[in-house]
Amino acid sequence: MIQFFNVTKIYKGDIYALKDITVKIDKGEFVFLVGPSGAGKTTFIRLLFREELPTKGQILIAGRSITRLRSKEIPFLRRNIGVVFQDFRLLPDRTVYENVAFALQVLEVPPKEIKARVEEVLAQVGLSGRAHLFPHQLSGGEQQRTAIARAIVNRPRILVADEPTGNLDPATSREIISLLLDINRLGTTVIMATHAWDIVNSLKKRVIALDKGRLVRDDKEGVYGYEA
Amino acid sequence: MRLRTWGYFFRQAFLSLWRNAWMSVAASTSVAVTLFILGAFILLVLNINFIALALQSNLEIAVFLRVDTPRSQALALKQQMESLPGVKEVELVPKEQGLKILAQQLGEEELLEATGGVNPLPDYLRVRVEDPARIGEVAAILQNLPAVEKVNYGQAVVERLLAVLRWVRYLGVGIIGMLAVASLMLLMITIRLAVYARRREINIMKYVGATDWFIRWPFLLEGLFIGLIGGGIAAGVLLWGYTSLTYKIKLSLFFLPLLEDNTVLHYTALGLVGGGACVGAVGSLLAIHRFLKV
Ligand SMILES: Nc1ncnc2c1ncn2[C@@H]1O[C@H](COP(=O)(O)OP(=O)(O)O)[C@@H](O)[C@H]1O
Ligand SMILES: [Mg+2]
Repeated sequence: MIQFFNVTKIYKGDIYALKDITVKIDKGEFVFLVGPSGAGKTTFIRLLFREELPTKGQILIAGRSITRLRSKEIPFLRRNIGVVFQDFRLLPDRTVYENVAFALQVLEVPPKEIKARVEEVLAQVGLSGRAHLFPHQLSGGEQQRTAIARAIVNRPRILVADEPTGNLDPATSREIISLLLDINRLGTTVIMATHAWDIVNSLKKRVIALDKGRLVRDDKEGVYGYEA
Repeated sequence: MRLRTWGYFFRQAFLSLWRNAWMSVAASTSVAVTLFILGAFILLVLNINFIALALQSNLEIAVFLRVDTPRSQALALKQQMESLPGVKEVELVPKEQGLKILAQQLGEEELLEATGGVNPLPDYLRVRVEDPARIGEVAAILQNLPAVEKVNYGQAVVERLLAVLRWVRYLGVGIIGMLAVASLMLLMITIRLAVYARRREINIMKYVGATDWFIRWPFLLEGLFIGLIGGGIAAGVLLWGYTSLTYKIKLSLFFLPLLEDNTVLHYTALGLVGGGACVGAVGSLLAIHRFLKV
């Protein structure tokens, strides 16, 4: 479903963020993207939803090259990819409900459908009772759940999360990851960049390890470790 | 885009105008001032053109005879001129009549004192031509007739007027150019502020796959409104100002021909409104161009 072919990303100033990455992620997989800070995890994710273009190489999603997309087509790629960030990126002046509904409003989904889908997804992430609170009234975990709800409300085939637990305590992190696993079980491909090695080790999911822009490990049921 | 979406765009645009009320007012005002001056210059140029044209078509040639020319020769010349091609009519103004006119202007006493009782004026002939455009050619022929001292047909006035017109144009283009740049920049700053205020929202819109036009439209509308309001104010003030000014000028300077063609006036006003819309659209598109490159 997702294929990187010899992808290299060089930022301005000769910074090699990714070097010659070739990797294939199948439909429905759950993948951890691990590596120390500066390894290229965020770059990997930004290439995926076409926030950046690779300097060299090809990226295919569902068999289509996303590097050759015209700028008009980019929004339609992104409708198939949900994104979650470490810092949640919620709109502070809108409620949980409004934050999630916003993602559908800007896609011109009819209001009736928006209501049904937002309620459904809020139930899925366990925030039904919190719909009318503002972000500052929520715990970090609840904020991240809201962000996840927003990312999946349009039912994307792929969900990418860039250190979604980076700002959360271990217990809350575990809850967030178990939510992502639930979403994965319903068929969504999930790619999660993380530092939380204890969780990675215990879950026995596929681990792609990056270090200084190179792919250093790709284990089907891996444990965390880029030093190996 | 769906109708509901347009409702959303307009709401966002007005909300943003309201949030940045002072900037919006400033940008609108500057657009209005620029366009008003543009409109005033256009009308000024049109009027100078109009006056020059009117003067030209009213022009007559004054043919001054030598002071010692006998009346009989003057009359003979009049007949000769009337037979020339291109000449419509000729009127002889005898020196006595010329003196009377002068006396009216200067006052009888002073004139007598200055001239010592002797009429210093020559007879002169007023020649009207059939085609004002060829007045120069006719004047040249008249110049070569015997006993003709000097030929004067006011071309100098028209030429000076046209030269003034040229300068007015250069000046106008310069001033309006500078004002246009200033108001475009103010408008762009306003839109940038609006974009900046909503940068998080824009970011999220891009992540969830909103199209660029979906993101652009509210800002484009906002700029369009600022421009339209500016253009509207300029057009209104210009219409009102021009009508009341021409009314006043007609009362005091009744001999001055002025352009009172309402079609021209209305097109100018309409042009200003259109110009405002253009400034608004161009300014906002330029302002958001950079922010949408993700
Ligand atoms: N926009 C950018 N411009 C220049 N260098 C960048 C940019 N983004 C990331 N980098 C650099 O690329 C490398 C990889 O960064 P990143 O992908 O953010 O790693 P990670 O997410 O694993 O910490 C780092 O050296 C980082 O400094
Ligand atoms: Mg990162």
